[in-house]
Amino acid sequence: MSTPADHPRSVDVAVIGGGVVGTAIARRLAGTDLRVAVVEARSDVGDGTSKANTAILHTGFDASPGTVESRLVAEGYHLLGDFAEATGIPVERTGALLVAWSEEELAALPGLREKARRNGYDACELVAATEVYDAVPSLGPGALGGLTVPGESIICTWSTTIALATDAVARGAEVLLEHRVTAVDATTEGTLLRTTGGDVHARWVVNAAGLHADTIDGLFGHDRFTVTPRRGELYVFDKLARPLAPLIVLPVPSSRGKGVLVSPTVYGNVMLGPTAEDLDDKTATGTSAEGFAFLREKGERIMPTLFDEEVTTTYAGLRAAVPGGDYLLERDDERRYLLVGGIRSTGLTASIAIAEHVAGLLAAGGVDVGLRDDLPAPPRIPNIGEAGLRPYADAERIAADPAYGHVVCFCERVTAGEVRDAFDSALPPRDLDGLRRRTRLMNGRCQGFFCGADAQAALETRGASLLAGADR
Amino acid sequence: MTVLTTAPPTRADVVVVGGGPSGLTAAAALAEALGPEATVLVLDREVDAGGIPRHSDHTGYGMRDLHRVLRGPAYARVLVDRAVAAGVVVETRAMVTGWAGERGLEVTAPTGRRVVEASAVVLATGARERARPARHIPGDRPDGVLTTGQLQNLVHLHHRPVGERAVVVGGELVSWSAVMTLREAGCRTVAMVTEHERSESYAAFRLLGRLALRVPVLTRSRVVAIEGRGRVTGVVVEDGAGARRTVPCDVVVTTGDWIPDHELARTGGLELDRGTRGPLVDAALRTTAPGVFAVGNLLHPVDTADVAAIDGRQVVPAVLEWLGRAAAEAPSTLAGLRLRVDPPLRWVAPQVVDPSGPAPARGRLLLWTDAWVARPRVEAVQDGRVVGTRRLPWPAAPGRVFRVPSAVLDHARPDDGDVTLRLA
Repeated sequence: MSTPADHPRSVDVAVIGGGVVGTAIARRLAGTDLRVAVVEARSDVGDGTSKANTAILHTGFDASPGTVESRLVAEGYHLLGDFAEATGIPVERTGALLVAWSEEELAALPGLREKARRNGYDACELVAATEVYDAVPSLGPGALGGLTVPGESIICTWSTTIALATDAVARGAEVLLEHRVTAVDATTEGTLLRTTGGDVHARWVVNAAGLHADTIDGLFGHDRFTVTPRRGELYVFDKLARPLAPLIVLPVPSSRGKGVLVSPTVYGNVMLGPTAEDLDDKTATGTSAEGFAFLREKGERIMPTLFDEEVTTTYAGLRAAVPGGDYLLERDDERRYLLVGGIRSTGLTASIAIAEHVAGLLAAGGVDVGLRDDLPAPPRIPNIGEAGLRPYADAERIAADPAYGHVVCFCERVTAGEVRDAFDSALPPRDLDGLRRRTRLMNGRCQGFFCGADAQAALETRGASLLAGADR
Repeated sequence: MTVLTTAPPTRADVVVVGGGPSGLTAAAALAEALGPEATVLVLDREVDAGGIPRHSDHTGYGMRDLHRVLRGPAYARVLVDRAVAAGVVVETRAMVTGWAGERGLEVTAPTGRRVVEASAVVLATGARERARPARHIPGDRPDGVLTTGQLQNLVHLHHRPVGERAVVVGGELVSWSAVMTLREAGCRTVAMVTEHERSESYAAFRLLGRLALRVPVLTRSRVVAIEGRGRVTGVVVEDGAGARRTVPCDVVVTTGDWIPDHELARTGGLELDRGTRGPLVDAALRTTAPGVFAVGNLLHPVDTADVAAIDGRQVVPAVLEWLGRAAAEAPSTLAGLRLRVDPPLRWVAPQVVDPSGPAPARGRLLLWTDAWVARPRVEAVQDGRVVGTRRLPWPAAPGRVFRVPSAVLDHARPDDGDVTLRLA
């Protein structure tokens, strides 16, 4: 992947950051006649903030009306929904229910419905407590009423970034992994990015570096904002808990954030979280005893039987919190540089709309961003969602290729064929986490008790060790 | 390994789900009892049948069932060979993913996706250790945090190095099994951490541990955080007084804390016992679903492999009885005394014992305790009266099954309601 230093790779647009936002931008721009590269510090796309959010496709009902975020989330909801359908990204249209647990929260619901209308979302309805319990019988006592948000949906955040990046590559973009930007030098033609993977010259640079967007912004001479990593810890419960959460159960938002939600996942689990804790360390993705205790207390109140179920995993994600609370999308004509900063957890939903917005900013800066008419069809990515037909349950597919009949991860029912396919894909995994995000291997209740050693071997043999005839 | 030479069966007299010690033993015994005309099919999702002993490469297997002592992998092979010799069809890489009717099973295998219709189903799906997340251990999420199962898979089946300095979480029998595996892999166990006042294992193991394996056991302690980005660098241990210190290590093995693999039992609508979290069973190993039986560590997570295997023989009469009669004759509930436990006892298996029916396997009730009692006296209480007492010469020890002679129930009356077992 590295380029000799005396011969730097040269592109029209370099997008720093291979998260959901960066890959969406790269996909959009790669659809033009521009040469595009994603410059990613880590060893996979979607390996930072994008991998660990609450994975909700938001309607934007509760955004701050009039903000850029409000508009882009509302647009992105439809754009990503369409892209998901075209590519096979798992989405389940479960809907959400805000539940009021106090008179104060109950009193806030009409205002939230009005706010939703101002955000262009008219489908919310106020419901009585009995309807709340009809919808989610497992809720704890004390719910006073609710507000429905029928459009809120759950989505696979991992597949989204993979699909966007895969489409970007199909359209001609390069994805440069393990290219951490260490310095930027202005040139007459644009910018020379100094990276740990070699130099990259670009006429335009888009900063979609997420948590590190402030640092990159500083390299371009700006001192505009600071990204505070806001840790969100989550519990993921066993699939046997899934009937408890038929839809997304949202708290009534307060000034302290959106609060703790209970949500089904597209993998068939139930998720509880997140916490919200501002930190200094942008690498602090560990979990904490305090976070666990907080979630347990909240969870036992919202859904008392949830903690009777087994915990499959816990994780923590870092959201990029910035002052002001809106997206920071700005063009610097002098440096031919675009900032795409302050993208919070809503960035998953907004990703494709942000990419369109960025294309607009570039166009206004004199760059031709017209789409080519020979674009490849969107890629079909492997389905890792429970709502669709998965290979282990697909008789025709197994008949055609027995590798799809060999279940190697029992808990998640991942087959040897899917592991092989991941390595054969346009963006093969480089580590176990990358393999897990593409296949769900090892993500289940046993956490590797049965399959962990096989998974390690599979990684080293690019899936061959799992295929028939490769017996130990 | 058994290789199917014909198309995989879609109909069987008995399907056993799970090819570990209990499932293989049940299958072999049923095939012998039913004769060559019957189809007894074992469906095992692993590449090789044999269950946990396949990768538990130390001695101590087979004492109670085979009356000889074998290493785990050899024991697994003997059980597979016996089943095959008895006429059992052992199909591996065959995963049961769900139910298709009362005794129909959805199966995914390289040979295809199919439904197997069985006259009787024996669940022998075993148990697994709770992994780190289920134990609520916070901290970083580095590589190098394993369960014993994953460790033994790595070392004994894949022959991999694991690291140099390990901390073992737990002090159960299986924890020492992990220590031995680590030792074989050239990894020193620098600490064993248990919340109990002593390592819960047998005295012989503790002595061996201290003298031969030289493992420091940190009692009344718990791991409160894991540290390390990328790779484990240490664990934070809190002692009984609340003092914390970091123990440097590059491997953490979370051992024991078993949970039955009860997914099929739950999705099949079987009533589960809240204590074991496995199916509720009577002494004949019937579940609440007619024609569905359960054996092994799915029922008592976990006992030793040989005791699990003995369940495989215990279940035979009830399966034969079921196969010999019309489905309509089957009672819809389990008949007999319902057993319950008081803390510190956590569970008992079986949970239903019919005084006029068969005794539990080996005349023993299997229990689990959360507290150590050196010379326990067990009382059976029915309707407020003590109806049986047994003082036992062996301890009730956390981390391993506590066996109580079922004769403690001999004077319980069939019509006086539930019997509660407690430590006096």
